[in-house]
Amino acid sequence: MSEHGEYRRRDRSWHPAAYTPAYRSTTFRAPRRALLSLPQSIGELSGPVFGHGALDPLDSDLIRNYATTGDAIGERIIVHGTVMDENGRPVPGALIEIWQANAGGKYRHVNDKYMAALDPNFGGCGRVVSDAEGRYSFRTIRPGPYPFPNDGCAWRPAHIHLSIFGHAFVQRLVTQFYFEGDPLIARCAIVNTVKGQAAIASLVAKLDMQNMQAFDCLAYRFDIVLRGRNATHFEGS
Amino acid sequence: MALKETPSQTAGPFVHIGTLPAVAGLKTKTPEQPNILARDGTLGERIRIEGTIHDGAGVLVKDAMVEIWQANANGQYGSNDFTGWGRAATDFETGLFFFETVKPGQTPFRDGRKQAPHISLSIFARGINIHLQTRLYFSDEAQANATDPVLQMVGQPELVATLISNKEPGQGRPLYRFDIHLQGDRETVFFDF
Repeated sequence: MSEHGEYRRRDRSWHPAAYTPAYRSTTFRAPRRALLSLPQSIGELSGPVFGHGALDPLDSDLIRNYATTGDAIGERIIVHGTVMDENGRPVPGALIEIWQANAGGKYRHVNDKYMAALDPNFGGCGRVVSDAEGRYSFRTIRPGPYPFPNDGCAWRPAHIHLSIFGHAFVQRLVTQFYFEGDPLIARCAIVNTVKGQAAIASLVAKLDMQNMQAFDCLAYRFDIVLRGRNATHFEGS
Repeated sequence: MALKETPSQTAGPFVHIGTLPAVAGLKTKTPEQPNILARDGTLGERIRIEGTIHDGAGVLVKDAMVEIWQANANGQYGSNDFTGWGRAATDFETGLFFFETVKPGQTPFRDGRKQAPHISLSIFARGINIHLQTRLYFSDEAQANATDPVLQMVGQPELVATLISNKEPGQGRPLYRFDIHLQGDRETVFFDF
């Protein structure tokens, strides 16, 4: 397959639309004009390379990376999975940035006014790079649900935010994943900006008992799919 | 069989925790200034880019995160001395974001034609379900802009104008102003690649 071929076009019907009025924050922030579709040139086919060597092992341990007097409070979990492209190939060297609320649903952010308590041992911020097989893993606590203003008071299901850099500008992705079995998922206006049960199901991490750590952590599996190159482009053919 | 891309979800109002932790108020081990791209020894003309983001009701967007990606002064992406990548928050009080970088060189379009100097921008925020992608061009590159393949595809002059940063008079480092309108009469042109 060509190393320089274009990536498949993004399936915009699989992603949420810009304007989804049930999630009220989109009302004035969604562009109304259609996106202008462009071919992919060098700037879109390339992407930033980060100093992955500079990552600290603690960066992927949210139970300890902001701890001062002891471990963060909450259900101890490992989240792991594989970063793949749409062709099923692993994506090594993908930078994944992580942020989340604490076990009580409170973010360590100057603008979070929710009444729940901060955990002095939890920052809610981490990062990890996928290995040669595209695999990644981080340790954290399961975040709590929290309320947000959306046509009255709405509740977010427990979720973790991920920001992912693959190898190309066009692979950039920011998303959130949820936890299997959470009854708030189906009720969430932000989840439901995604249309279709299959697409929503792909945002739900699965409980993974095989990878739990005995007497320590439960495990959840969440695989990530980034855009892949168009399979119809073959070098020299 | 092809897999489906993981669907996007909004970055939300607390995007800074994971992407600009010091902005969120978290302590960081090393000071990070991801909006400063030009370092000692970086080739090219030093420039500053400043702007704001406006929603369809005319309100400043003060909780966004903006990323840029650009070529170096010679038109190369990912050169060793210049990452070409930067990230900034819109200020919680003023709504202003800024970058200190170098003016990029010209780069080839898909078909080999030259593109005018430009910087790619991505916008992430609460209420933005999937990041918005646009480009910043330069007002003092009128000749290159006139033959830029992307600006030609944009076509209408009033739409092209939404993509051109204005060089502001002043002393010292050249300042380019780039205001983004998410919605409304002056809505910025956004791209799908």
